[in-house]
Amino acid sequence: MDNPAFVHHAVLLSLVLFGLGTLGVFLRRNVITVLMCVELMLNGVNLAFVAFSRAHGSLDAQVLVFFVMVVAAAEAAVGLAIVIALHRHKDTLDLDAFNLMKG
Amino acid sequence: MTPFTQELLIAVVKIAVVIGTLLGAFSLMTWIERRTLAFMQYRLGPNRTGPFGLFQPIADGIKLFFKEEAMPAAADKWAFLAAPVVAVATALLATAVIPYGPPFSLPGWGWLPDWLQGRDVQILIADLEVGLLFIFAVTALGVYGLVLAGWAANSKYSLLGGLRSSAQMFSYELALGFSWVTLILAAQSFRINDIVADQAGWFWHWNVFVHIPAFLVYFLAASAEVARIPFDLPEGESEIVAGFHTEYSSMRFALIQMGEYINLITVAVLATNLFLGGWNSGVPATPEALLGFPLGFVWWGAKVAFVLFVFIWLRGTLPRFRYDQLMQFGWKVLIPVAAVWVMVFAGWVALTGRSG
Amino acid sequence: MDAVLFYVFAAIAVASAVVVIAQRNAIYSAFALVVTLCSLAVIFGLLGSPFIAALQVIVYAGAIMVLFLFVLMLLNVRREEDGPAAGGRTLRGVGLALVTLLVLQAGTVLLRADLRPAPDFDASTVEMARTLFSPHFLYAFEATSILILAALVGAVVLAKKEL
Repeated sequence: MDNPAFVHHAVLLSLVLFGLGTLGVFLRRNVITVLMCVELMLNGVNLAFVAFSRAHGSLDAQVLVFFVMVVAAAEAAVGLAIVIALHRHKDTLDLDAFNLMKG
Repeated sequence: MTPFTQELLIAVVKIAVVIGTLLGAFSLMTWIERRTLAFMQYRLGPNRTGPFGLFQPIADGIKLFFKEEAMPAAADKWAFLAAPVVAVATALLATAVIPYGPPFSLPGWGWLPDWLQGRDVQILIADLEVGLLFIFAVTALGVYGLVLAGWAANSKYSLLGGLRSSAQMFSYELALGFSWVTLILAAQSFRINDIVADQAGWFWHWNVFVHIPAFLVYFLAASAEVARIPFDLPEGESEIVAGFHTEYSSMRFALIQMGEYINLITVAVLATNLFLGGWNSGVPATPEALLGFPLGFVWWGAKVAFVLFVFIWLRGTLPRFRYDQLMQFGWKVLIPVAAVWVMVFAGWVALTGRSG
Repeated sequence: MDAVLFYVFAAIAVASAVVVIAQRNAIYSAFALVVTLCSLAVIFGLLGSPFIAALQVIVYAGAIMVLFLFVLMLLNVRREEDGPAAGGRTLRGVGLALVTLLVLQAGTVLLRADLRPAPDFDASTVEMARTLFSPHFLYAFEATSILILAALVGAVVLAKKEL
């Protein structure tokens, strides 16, 4: 794993995943799928952190990855609870149905 | 032959040995379980097919092979096909980091190539630095087989069973992981070989005597993980037909069964390695090998057999937990007990500076 | 050998990520995301971080995604409610594709940075624990447990039928 190209390509991969996640957040209509695309973005970020940690030889970035995972878990739990409450209210998971703003 | 090819060849042979033995053990276990349960219930069990019914697993295999592969019309096709595969794959994946016996040196037989003669090997496919974490990770993935199976058949019974089963599994996974923390603390390493080495010497050094709460928590959590009675609500034979695998027949059913039994054997082998001293005999004076055969295998095999027997014994004796009792037990009893033991042991290590 | 593994799993990760955002059936998306997470875990391992790799599988693939699947199954999302729909969504989609391209451009700037892997990189569990419990991060570590407690209580309260 000492090939210098790996870290570069890992960062590139993280950008691709982040970009795909962003695309998904804007293109999908199902609330839960949007949440999953947010998780995809977070994973892209995690990969970037780990790659940079490898490049700088410091473990601080990996600890940050740990914290990102914890916060992502908490956010997924609360987000899904909100989705359940929304579904109970409107019986649909379509994002366009939750549009209370005018115009 | 380069060292890399040598290692590769040895690894391939190890994989063949482990998987072959596990599949053989799986069929033997079905027979042992049925006979033992029968004797406990004051009846005979399978005794017609072959001497003592020993060909029963073969007969079962042939029967399952020729059964019709039925798939419900409204079933989710890919999930239905993938579920047994995932179940067996995760079960087999966990066996990659578990040692199945002591390290021994190959005897210098003439027909072995010279790079193999006298070489130190162990039936351990991958000696990872983070062995126990890997097992925890694979156990976490094991939930997916059940979830997929429950969902795929698109039937109420299957879905209920699948959801219950996955909730049970990941609740008890926490307790399982917690029970290992003190062992890792004592052995100062995540490798299972190190934990076994930590239990060398007299038998009162075995982790089952030193870490009693951890062993109890592990044993109960492991029973729940592999969905054995008294925690077998996912299969709930008399309650929701056959639970999450209601709609499966023939070879897919056989695959799911295989996954479950391999999980059981894995859990028993882990219990032996982590708590019962692995391949250490409890008495330091016993010889390492008898006539060239490493005696470690004998002690290890006896312990694994004993643990499996206790699992079958529990199955024949105890009634089933109700679902809410099961969840309460996992969250309100096992996890606090494990947490308190971790605090006590870690506190002791911090105060005295020793580790077991 | 490492190179082959890295590119294979990177390809798998990208392919399943595309399935996540393109697949109409939400449950298939969820399983594709699990595949992505597991391949990312392998890549973490290849980058020399076994602890983070194990955590990725245990926490993300083993817990968070199971939660997602639970909710999807409970809400019985079999109806495929997706596809370009009301209000010029396609236009917005194209706009966001351009934004993503911009992100990738930013990436190429980043990639010109000197990113050679550092020698003496020890990310074993012992070193990770040493860093995690060092005075620098200890407070944050303890605070996350309160965060998780808050999230737990919040999730239970939000999802209840009646308080």
